[in-house]
Amino acid sequence: MKLRDLTELAVRNLRESVLRNSLTTLGVAVGVASLVAMLSLGVGLQQLATSRLTKSGLFDTVFVTPKFNMRGGPQSQAGTQQNTEPRLLDEEARQELAKLPNVIEVFPQIRFPTEVRFDEKPYPTVVAGMPQSSQQSGSFDGMVGTFFSGESADEAILQIEFAKELSKDTNSLVGKSISIRYAERQPLADGSGGFSIIPKEKQLKIIGIVETEPASGFGGFGNGRLLIPLGVAQSLRATQVNDLRDAVRGGPAKPTYANLTVRAKSTSDVDAIEASVKKMGFGAFSLLDASKSLKIFFGVFDLILGLFASLALAVATLGIVNTLVMAILERRREIGVLKALGASDGDVKTLFFFEAGVMGFLGGIGGVIFGWLIGRGLNLATNIYLKRRDLPSIEVSSVPAWLVFTAIAFAVVISLVAGLYPASRAAKLNPVEALRYE
Amino acid sequence: MTPTSGPTDAVSIQLDHVSRHYTLATTAIRAVDDVSLTIRIGEFVALLGSSGSGKSTLLNLMAGLDRPTSGAIRADGKNLAELSSLELARYRRNTIGMVFQSFNLLPRMTLAENVELPLRLAEVGHDERDARVAEALQRVKLDKRTQHRPSELSGGEQQRTAIARALVNRPKILFADEPTGNLDSATGESIMNLLLEIRSSLGMTIIMVTHERPLAEKFATRLAIMGDGKLLSSGEKQ
Repeated sequence: MKLRDLTELAVRNLRESVLRNSLTTLGVAVGVASLVAMLSLGVGLQQLATSRLTKSGLFDTVFVTPKFNMRGGPQSQAGTQQNTEPRLLDEEARQELAKLPNVIEVFPQIRFPTEVRFDEKPYPTVVAGMPQSSQQSGSFDGMVGTFFSGESADEAILQIEFAKELSKDTNSLVGKSISIRYAERQPLADGSGGFSIIPKEKQLKIIGIVETEPASGFGGFGNGRLLIPLGVAQSLRATQVNDLRDAVRGGPAKPTYANLTVRAKSTSDVDAIEASVKKMGFGAFSLLDASKSLKIFFGVFDLILGLFASLALAVATLGIVNTLVMAILERRREIGVLKALGASDGDVKTLFFFEAGVMGFLGGIGGVIFGWLIGRGLNLATNIYLKRRDLPSIEVSSVPAWLVFTAIAFAVVISLVAGLYPASRAAKLNPVEALRYE
Repeated sequence: MTPTSGPTDAVSIQLDHVSRHYTLATTAIRAVDDVSLTIRIGEFVALLGSSGSGKSTLLNLMAGLDRPTSGAIRADGKNLAELSSLELARYRRNTIGMVFQSFNLLPRMTLAENVELPLRLAEVGHDERDARVAEALQRVKLDKRTQHRPSELSGGEQQRTAIARALVNRPKILFADEPTGNLDSATGESIMNLLLEIRSSLGMTIIMVTHERPLAEKFATRLAIMGDGKLLSSGEKQ
């Protein structure tokens, strides 16, 4: 029989016992819906975690440090090539790192202690220089006020805890001015590598308050609670911890960086960049391994969710077997007629197979729609909960295209497997006995 | 198929020492026992006999619905006993047509769809199907009721539909198992007249099982009488 005729007959047969077949199809739909809802939750949580971590810049970043430690000897790092000559992490090195393939930007982590003067009162804290790219890190999402207008803007963003120290009404701080006092490093004219420390003061305008801790990333010397543009931070030439190391080391007077942050185009480039950095004679560290562990965790998480959800689909499969076995009993005479008219065993088997497949296909589509609705419901409920706590909204459930097609294909395959026994039983019916059946 | 008014000398179906034995619990039943019979093309043979005489079993064997325990059934140049189940299905689809006592129309299908069913199985193209269905229903004078369902028809009309379904694949042999068994005598006669008309216009061989001897004597060209699985006689009508 031709495919079109088979499909027509199968659909016609299914319409005949519409209630029973609808209930069976609904069973498949419920099974698929639970599978889709569970996996969409797994996918959604994975996407949420991955996007947060990717936006944080931790996973597409290589942290570069000089191989000298504070005691002046080479650091012992796993994976570093001991035969590589340790180098200074200076401006020249920074330019070289920026030229490495797949590197977007290279910037230093500048943090220094300061005393903020506000309302005639002193407030000690740590200043951190933030690159413009940190605006995309997600840390500044939902902040009060705006992000820096430019690299050299004399603007400041306060971390909420520090802002609370300045004023009870933190939002009122936006637009006000503060001054910061810091120690500027001025190299000595004799070229000895030594420097003098000059107290300086700078006026900044508060443009925003942020609740997260954007400058708490590793590699720093404490959390920056007063954030300024990286360009401004560099221009201040404020004394940092490694300046003392430079002075002790002696040699030329050019300043070095305590560390540099290298941002890769994507996480897949991190390995190669890390290796290149180590070859250049620097220490390098990335969180890529943690990212891999995260993928494994979500893989196992999805598998467990999928297994639990598959139980519902297994029950639905039994429903298909039951429905088709009942259909064989009811349509025994019809099977006899079909065989008398020339239907082969294969035709009868294929017809029942098709009916199982159609139920699986329709159940799969229904299940994907139900599952998607459940996911929407989960998102809605989660966001209502988060909104009540003044937290930003998130998507905990996501139904990607691959999940839609896989779920429908899975439902069809499972249904066909369920139809195997009834179909072969129908095909084996003796036509004479089937025609005699009342 | 060339229209003809009577049987020819060419053989349509030949049974050679055909037996069909069953075992029911511990009892061996000889439903058909060593039957040999030759039916020529264009013959209208009535298989007569009492209940349990084996006439329906013999019809099923000739129609390829059942296989003989022993013996050979030659039809359309093949020995049905040696055919695979797929080849037997092809034989039923292309060589024969079947009409049953209880019509066996599929209740959820319209007349046209019921008649179309063998064409679907034979994978005949859609355009040709429509023409052949219309032709078959016209032949049984039901061309005005193509969209009706079997439940909306009388018994005679249902049997005429079943005959149209049996004819639509243009078979060489038409098997009828008690075609008038569920009909009143007047309707039964009209069905028999229809079969006769088909035989004479299409030159088809008709093999009919019946227990109504007067009807058989009136319409068949030959009577084959069975008893206890054996063929008691198979001569021309007196």
